[in-house]
Amino acid sequence: MIRVRDLWVDLGDFVLRGANLDISAGEYFVILGPTGAGKTVLLESMAGLYPLKRGRIWLGGQEVTGLQPEKRGISIVYQDQMLFPHFKVRDNITFGLKIRKSSPSEVEQTLVWLSELLGIHQLLDRKPDTLSGGEKQKVALARALSVRPRLLLLDEPLSALDPGSREVLQRELRRIHEQYRVTTVHVTHDFEEAIALADRVAVIGDGAIQQIGTPEQIFRKPSSEFVARFAMVRNIFRGEVRGGEGKDALFEFDGTHLVVVTEHRGRCHASLRPEDIIVSHAPFPSSARNSFSGTITGVSDKGSTLLLTVSAPPDFVCLVTRNSFDAMELSVGKQIHITFKASAVNIF
Amino acid sequence: MVREWVRSNKLTLTFVLLGAVIFLFIIVPLFRMIFASDPVILKETLFDPEVTRAILLTLYTALIATGVGFVLGVPLAYLLARHEFRGKRIVEGLIDVPIVVPHTAAGIALLFVFGRNFLMGRAFGAVGIQFVDSTAGIVVAMLFVSIPFLIDSAKEGFKKVDVRLEKVARTLGASPWQTFFKVSFPLAWRSILSGNIMMWARGISEFGAVIILAYHPMIAPTLIYERFETYGLAYSRPVAVLLILISLIIFVVFRTLVKGGRKGD
Repeated sequence: MIRVRDLWVDLGDFVLRGANLDISAGEYFVILGPTGAGKTVLLESMAGLYPLKRGRIWLGGQEVTGLQPEKRGISIVYQDQMLFPHFKVRDNITFGLKIRKSSPSEVEQTLVWLSELLGIHQLLDRKPDTLSGGEKQKVALARALSVRPRLLLLDEPLSALDPGSREVLQRELRRIHEQYRVTTVHVTHDFEEAIALADRVAVIGDGAIQQIGTPEQIFRKPSSEFVARFAMVRNIFRGEVRGGEGKDALFEFDGTHLVVVTEHRGRCHASLRPEDIIVSHAPFPSSARNSFSGTITGVSDKGSTLLLTVSAPPDFVCLVTRNSFDAMELSVGKQIHITFKASAVNIF
Repeated sequence: MVREWVRSNKLTLTFVLLGAVIFLFIIVPLFRMIFASDPVILKETLFDPEVTRAILLTLYTALIATGVGFVLGVPLAYLLARHEFRGKRIVEGLIDVPIVVPHTAAGIALLFVFGRNFLMGRAFGAVGIQFVDSTAGIVVAMLFVSIPFLIDSAKEGFKKVDVRLEKVARTLGASPWQTFFKVSFPLAWRSILSGNIMMWARGISEFGAVIILAYHPMIAPTLIYERFETYGLAYSRPVAVLLILISLIIFVVFRTLVKGGRKGD
């Protein structure tokens, strides 16, 4: 559906060199990367709004690289909505249709369809500056969908919203996508947003696409330290995989070792998610093959959960719920046991 | 209590005093002239055909100059607001030159281009348009000295329109022309309008450049000057009062229009 080849964006604080992307029709594709102006430019390049330094773009088999933005059939929604301030909501939504000289009945039908889809009937006769952030974003989305784009670009669409409306709109995005399957490219710096919405995620950093995969793959099997950090893995070790037959192996680091499942041998990284570690007072009887005892050296309160730093050594960061934390009467200095499966350790 | 208040508001008080001095400096001469005028003479002056003709000519020529400035100046303002290019600062600086040169000098400079024996003068002369001592000459002089006000104001207006609004319009199917006329221009309209008003007002008040290029037909500022030189203060004052009153009324009306529109947003 969308093919991007050898795309170069160079903006000082954001550089992307020779990026290649393949996005299938109907896919919800999230580009995840650190905060900065560059992700917007990446989208604007796809829409033909920003001159390409290098690279070619195909959309549904047609090369659109040199095509004017109004001929591409690509809609864009910006973080700060960019509603036309001199038009009512109604005229914002129908702008594209009126430009295309659609028939009045078609304009009306589309307006009804979109205001029902997004629940914005009551806003149609208001001016944009009287709307809340979430309402504005819905209108911007309606306006983008009104022209039935071949590709929908979302530029940090949830970042400027308060947490409440962010959650609502995130659900709306998912629902609308499931209903209409508009091919979507969404850029964000928010990992959880990416996981919640994406069919596939591309993580960009250090001037290149670091990894492309399903949220599950990015979450469980980050392929580089950069992605692992972005995915908030928290336990990342540098070491060496040795010995063993088949997939069972030992990952040796810092004078200790983990039992792991991998075909990789030699120097590499291991990553372990904090929520995959079981914390207990006594050694935990299970099939899990990695077990350490250690002392709690730090507690970081996240509200409903807490992150414990447990020094075996080495240091492991583990996640516990507030309930378990209270029930187990955990605190800094306490001696505890940690246990995790060999398959929970990701080798890259 | 009062001393307390004075002490904590020293800056505001000082600035109010200084501000009052300059404000009075502006309004006292105007009001004195208006209220010291004999209403009977003022009425007589109003019906003096020479005065009426001069005032109408002033308003008319300034309006034509503003119209020409609008058609040619707004596109330039848009270019300057949207594009970066080598030498842009120089272009912007040159556009403001008419504001800083003495207007008599500007008139002489214009004479060198629009005079009978020069470039444009000859070209236009071939199609029967004269600039020396003609309405066209007045328009040219007014246009020259007042166009920077429109270009600068329109440019600031366009700059305030987020370029992404134009980008959204393009992705929705609008051509560059449609985007300009449906998004950029309407959103910058207030700045363009107030630039137009400034330009017109500046045109009405122009004297120096106009008398060099076209002493006749006489616009109101020229008439005031001539009456002052020939007959003295008593005869020039009523004309001056009339011109000031008319300019004030127009100015107030337009400013209210611009403000009122803004409230409706």
